[in-house]
Amino acid sequence: MSPVIQGILTIIIGVGGCVGYFYFSNMLLDKVIFPAKGPNTGRNINRANQVRPWLFLFPAMFALGLYLAYPVVGSFWRSLFDRSGANFIGLGNYAALFAEGSFRTAVLNNLLWVLFVPAMATFLGLLVAQLTDRLSWGNIAKSLIFMPMAISFVGASLIWKFVYSANPDIGIINSIRDSMGMTVLDPLQIRFWNNFLLMFILVWIQTGFAMVILSAALRGIPEETIEAAIIDGANPFQVFFKIKVPQIMGTIVVVWTTITILVLKVFDIVYTMTGGNFGTHILPSYMMTYMFRDDGRATAVAFVIMLLVLPVMIWNIRQARNEMR
Amino acid sequence: MDNIAGQNKGGKLAVNITVIILVLLWLLPTIGLFVSSFRDRDQISNSGWWQAPFAVDLNFRARVAADDARQEGDIFVVEGNVFADPSLSGRFPDAEGVVAAYGTRAVAPDEFAPGEVSELRTGGTVVVNHDGTYRVESPEEIARGPTLYFEARTPPRFTLANYETVLRADGMDRAFINTLTVTIPATIIPILIAAFAAYALAWMDFPGRGLLIAAVVGLLVVPLQLALVPLLSLHTNIGIGQSFLGIWLAHTGFGLPLAVYLLRNYMVGLPRDIIESAKVDGATDFQIFVRIILPLSFPALASFAIFQFLWTWNDLLVAKVFLPSGAESQVMTVKIADDLLGSRGGDWGILATAAFVSIAVPLVVFFTMQRYLVRGLLAGSVK
Repeated sequence: MSPVIQGILTIIIGVGGCVGYFYFSNMLLDKVIFPAKGPNTGRNINRANQVRPWLFLFPAMFALGLYLAYPVVGSFWRSLFDRSGANFIGLGNYAALFAEGSFRTAVLNNLLWVLFVPAMATFLGLLVAQLTDRLSWGNIAKSLIFMPMAISFVGASLIWKFVYSANPDIGIINSIRDSMGMTVLDPLQIRFWNNFLLMFILVWIQTGFAMVILSAALRGIPEETIEAAIIDGANPFQVFFKIKVPQIMGTIVVVWTTITILVLKVFDIVYTMTGGNFGTHILPSYMMTYMFRDDGRATAVAFVIMLLVLPVMIWNIRQARNEMR
Repeated sequence: MDNIAGQNKGGKLAVNITVIILVLLWLLPTIGLFVSSFRDRDQISNSGWWQAPFAVDLNFRARVAADDARQEGDIFVVEGNVFADPSLSGRFPDAEGVVAAYGTRAVAPDEFAPGEVSELRTGGTVVVNHDGTYRVESPEEIARGPTLYFEARTPPRFTLANYETVLRADGMDRAFINTLTVTIPATIIPILIAAFAAYALAWMDFPGRGLLIAAVVGLLVVPLQLALVPLLSLHTNIGIGQSFLGIWLAHTGFGLPLAVYLLRNYMVGLPRDIIESAKVDGATDFQIFVRIILPLSFPALASFAIFQFLWTWNDLLVAKVFLPSGAESQVMTVKIADDLLGSRGGDWGILATAAFVSIAVPLVVFFTMQRYLVRGLLAGSVK
């Protein structure tokens, strides 16, 4: 069966199945199990209303449990076994990983990514949001800076290959070096600094995201606070750093953490640009070197990523609970 | 007046210039890719895309036609024009051009200036002029014409040849359809499931609601990497294996937390009066959801749909793991990253074109539906 027909069938079955499930399970509940008639009408209606939320929630909870909650446990369990999956080796995979020099490099690089990308993207996003705020063509500028959000990491990597290429007729950097009489070099092979070249690709993608959210937050600041500051003689920089930034601090933190989470998922850029060579591996790309070869090691790397995400996750949950109160 | 630099003309100019520089920095790499995808292959490797509107010096070779040899006194002579070589007819249809330099060896195609007489390795001399005419002289009979190498200025050439190669020969058309096949069901199916759950979390009272919302917020950040190994073995065990069905299920599962979270945030903000008066009028929860909540939540549904569409279209990781790696089921990102970058590594025109084919649809979606995308982003992160 051709995948296209299969796809159309899946849409029909999927959508039809969902609608059917919700419709018939409701009918079953109201008409058969707890019918709103007879001697127990009142009690039946109440009971039906107690069950109904779970009816609505079941498909989503089931999928979430199977595809996101179970893997956390499943991955951890698998990481305690060796390559074949038959022998329990405790934390052997983790010990072996930390003994590998390339794994330690990946961890250090990943920490660099987590520090640099969110900071840079949030800073640039805030800068653009502020600068374009009162510009007549501000919306066009924002739209263009937002555009990389739509581009895949693979596409973005290819775009930046045309900047970083070692060939002076392809790469802009080397073309400039060439015209200034400097020797041509491959920027992606300069150890340590090549990491920042890769990080900048993600900054290029994420700045638009930060800008959109921070720009909305800046617009939400009450005018009076700013006017009062200006009347008191604050200069524009003081207005920005002492009046505006403190008021949108909450949003800045949200943007920062969202980008941090993303950084810990992205393997595409390293995979496409260097394949992890020249000391550029990060944990997600390092995991892919074990994927399909040694599931024990692969899940161990994945669980290390999970440990890095954990603080943000806890913070997010607490934040959400505070908001609901 | 509250702008950092809104108070004087100089400040305004500085802001304008800074923003222009930033926008250019953000835009230029993409423009480079776009321009490169339309350029002639040989021109790409000989001049940067920023020089695309200008003529390029390219190297060519022409074989001296020995059949035209004639005798002049005691030497043998062949005369002709390098641009008339049959192999160059595609490039110089009028058999006219300007020679910038020429050579007699492939390693040094620009050894001699036009008009300069040079020695041939086989004995004899040759001269190539600016207009491409050459004259080979040899004391012996010329049995086999020597090959001449020359550098000629070619006008800028823009073609669709790269697109033809990528779509026909490189199988990008197949990958495009595969991407579409993965994306559309993976976008539509989670919406409905999430909408019901979001309604329950927003408007129905039951014990444990707060806990469930917290769980969704927590699952929002679970790294995808964790799911790969356990789910792939689960899929294999229940007989789905690596297949389109598997990737649809996976994308549905991975997209749900964001969907539930976004839709719940939006639905909570809907006016309570409408829902309560509907309840008073005797509407059931199911009717309220279908008749009132769903139509009112359209903006949130649209923004999630755009997110999920962009995410599944651009995804490389899930496709690499949950789809078989053969050419018949490769999506575009996998095709580019695993196939083209390896086999066509140095063919920049092909790479640029393939990349552009893969980002064209998301860009169109992005620019036409930016409003919804922004709204969704804001609903997800600022209250």
